[in-house]
Amino acid sequence: MKRFVLKRIGLALLSLFLLSLTIFFLIRITGDPAVLLAEPGASKADLDAIRTQFGLDRPLWVQYWSFITHALRGDFGQSFYYRTDVFELYMSRLPASLLLAAAAMAFSLLLGIPTGIIAAVRVNKWWDSAGKMFALLGLSMPSFWVGLIMILFFSVYLGWLPSSGSGTILHLVMPSIALGWVFAAYNMRLTRSSMLEVLGSEYVKLARLKGLPEALVIGKHAFKNALIPVITLAGINLVIMVNTAIVVETVFAWPGVGRLLFEGISFRDFPVVQANILMAGTMIVVTNLLVDILYAFIDPRIRFER
Amino acid sequence: MTGPLLELRHLSTHYVSARGTRVTRAVDDVSLVLDQGGTLGIVGESGSGKTTLALSLLRLLPPAARFVSGEILFEGEDLLKKSDREMRRIRGKRIAMILQDPMASLNPLFTIGDQVAEPIRVHEHASRGSAWGRALDLLKAVRIAAPESRVREYPHQLSGGMRQRIVGAIAISCEPRVLIADEPTTSLDLTIQAQYLNLLRDLQRSHNLALIFITHNLGIVAKMCDQVAVMYAGRMVEWGPVKQIYNSPAHPYTQALLESIPRLGDSRKRLTAIDGQPPDPSAPPAGCAFHPRCPKVMDRCRTEAPPEFRVADLQTSRCWLSAPGSR
Amino acid sequence: MNGSAAHSRPVAATLSFAGRLAAFRTEGFPHIPVLIILTVVLVAIFANVIAPHNPEVGVLGDRFRPPAWQVGGTLDHLLGTDHLGRDVLSRLIFGARVSIIVGFTAVIFAGLLGTTLGIISGYLGRWVDQVIMRITDAWLALPVLVFAIFLAAIVGPSVSNIIIILAAVFWTRYARIIRGEVLSIRERDFVRLAVVAGCSKWTIMRRHILPNVVNTAIVLGTLQLGVVIIAEATLSFLGVGVPPPQPAWGLMLADGKKGMMAGYWWLTVLPGSCIMLMVLSANLLGDWLRVKLDPQLRQL
Repeated sequence: MKRFVLKRIGLALLSLFLLSLTIFFLIRITGDPAVLLAEPGASKADLDAIRTQFGLDRPLWVQYWSFITHALRGDFGQSFYYRTDVFELYMSRLPASLLLAAAAMAFSLLLGIPTGIIAAVRVNKWWDSAGKMFALLGLSMPSFWVGLIMILFFSVYLGWLPSSGSGTILHLVMPSIALGWVFAAYNMRLTRSSMLEVLGSEYVKLARLKGLPEALVIGKHAFKNALIPVITLAGINLVIMVNTAIVVETVFAWPGVGRLLFEGISFRDFPVVQANILMAGTMIVVTNLLVDILYAFIDPRIRFER
Repeated sequence: MTGPLLELRHLSTHYVSARGTRVTRAVDDVSLVLDQGGTLGIVGESGSGKTTLALSLLRLLPPAARFVSGEILFEGEDLLKKSDREMRRIRGKRIAMILQDPMASLNPLFTIGDQVAEPIRVHEHASRGSAWGRALDLLKAVRIAAPESRVREYPHQLSGGMRQRIVGAIAISCEPRVLIADEPTTSLDLTIQAQYLNLLRDLQRSHNLALIFITHNLGIVAKMCDQVAVMYAGRMVEWGPVKQIYNSPAHPYTQALLESIPRLGDSRKRLTAIDGQPPDPSAPPAGCAFHPRCPKVMDRCRTEAPPEFRVADLQTSRCWLSAPGSR
Repeated sequence: MNGSAAHSRPVAATLSFAGRLAAFRTEGFPHIPVLIILTVVLVAIFANVIAPHNPEVGVLGDRFRPPAWQVGGTLDHLLGTDHLGRDVLSRLIFGARVSIIVGFTAVIFAGLLGTTLGIISGYLGRWVDQVIMRITDAWLALPVLVFAIFLAAIVGPSVSNIIIILAAVFWTRYARIIRGEVLSIRERDFVRLAVVAGCSKWTIMRRHILPNVVNTAIVLGTLQLGVVIIAEATLSFLGVGVPPPQPAWGLMLADGKKGMMAGYWWLTVLPGSCIMLMVLSANLLGDWLRVKLDPQLRQL
């Protein structure tokens, strides 16, 4: 168990190291980092100042070391646009993103799980085809377009919901649906396939052999087991939602980290962009690590493997 | 009640493919009788229709299956005419079954006590307390040590042999009349196998159960059963009392099966295996399904399927060699 | 012994092969999706012939003209005009060109890179495998979209940059899956035989392994096509993709936002519908191909 955890932590650290290396070198391969780090329209003198400030004239490995040690201390530099510490800025935007992601997650589970179960129980019937079509549509519509269409319909034509901003529960409705839509489709597919697998299991057969009513067979014996993979993935999906909400947050002017990233791009505020991507990678690697370790604690079979 | 406990009359269960183009005769025109307290062994290779036959008795077949003809008389009533609701009251209560892989039969997320008490609560509307009390007794009956603590444990905390016996406890929880055991020992090692078979025997005696034992192991049949039905490609090719069939098998397939069992003190150096493959159940050969592999094949076997012939008292055989006057 | 079985085997094999061929042609073939994809490809190729107007030049006096069937619409602009008075239909037609070029090229580049690395990683194993897979892990840690946005932000917008970026982001998925396939192919008899026969590693990978993973790569590519098209639209929508005034569906949606509050629905509904139809068709074709070509991928 200890070895398993240590090995997982080692691999996660390696992933983070390679990720930081990738980002660091990509910036330097694709152009002059001084241009990126300088404010738009900076003069030659400004650029030189930045080169000395960030040590861009030093050897690459020295630069990397300084980059990584600063990043580890949460020092990603100053935002050109907001004139504040980038890390603080990111942290101040994070709660809004988490709120949106949580709402989107709730929506995706509430829609995905029941439809997945119905599709599995009525496999190859009308309900199943409808569910499959819904999942396919979910995967084929860009989330920002779903958002735009909803704004057009519910805000412009019907005037029921605010088209942008935040503050009330009504502001949360459309962004969370737009963001959760694709995940609802994923959850539906996953619930369906895991439910189908569970329905074919011996213990469900035994439950039927016991003479249990079908409602009890599905509601008690199959449901709980089928939900395990969906719930396991929900953790990592939440983090992915936080980090891919950029388009939805942009469409609805939701003040989260995605909107911050968009602003960073629009205002050529490079430290913000860089901090955003490093935080996204770190959050995902760490969550994957936690899920793996947690799973090993829960499931004895994984614990004793290798 | 007069008559046998369970009687199959010309039962045929077929599988029909999604577009109705392929029909697999998984169980074809099977008739047999089982008395109260009797033990019937059903033997055959995999794919011969044994499991479909068992699941037919409980009407728990996959959606592709169709009952084509026949009757399943249980205590004189045709199970095929029962409503789903009535059928559910029979499953687990009057007819119970132990599955092929009892190790996987327990739900990993619920306690042992919950799973053993479940049929009692559903069928007898017992309170949680009294059902759990009964569950405790059942665990004692299947010889689980320290049942008071085991009821609160989860399946993965128990050994394979213990889980097996718990599945047995679930099967007898509502005192059924018939217990079907579908290859219940294939996943166990030999000593535990023997223990489990003894346990089933004891349970059968103490509860006066009729036992249907599905297996491909003729040794187990000899030990456990008083009647044996031999299945081949969906048909029951021979049926009768175990001793009679073991001493004088009428069907060449049964003969071949018996010759393939290793015996203590056997002078022959090698066992005779049956040549060839079992037929594709969806496209069986014309005539007698066994004819391509039969050492005693005759012209007639290739074109005409033999009906059931009475060989001796209580023994039937589906082979032209058993036809009156052919011997 | 076994006479009949041995005799029947080749017959059964030919029958089932012919059967499979027939089934391949008819069974559940996604006619409509394939028709849609073909139409979009043809429209993309002949865009300059079909399009009634120049997609990049508008007449400011004709701004926000609704589609022809609505009050105020003209037959000259069948699907209306945008905020600069440009013809929506012409922009949609030329937008197809961008989507098709970016989508197909990016998928092919990603596929070539990912398949090559997957084969090398899976066949050579040992440290080569370790290095490639660790890099794959690290790249997979970032959500594709965020990674692509980051790359686009540092290299700046252009069609060729978008293709390179999307290929650079999407190859990891091929590498992972192809490597898994190669691991099992490597143990098969014909590969062992080739090793014994003294073929070089390079020859084995090219002649024996590659043909066996081509199906998987094609299925993955078709399934990726939709995702890549959505990614391109998203980048363009955010302003880091195809640079204006070029017509791209994602860019049109970004422009369409300007007229949305006034209820100019066609600027939002039409480009998005094009994306959806194209992606949906690619997904349906991919699903069908997956079932037909690569049963092992059914779980995907």
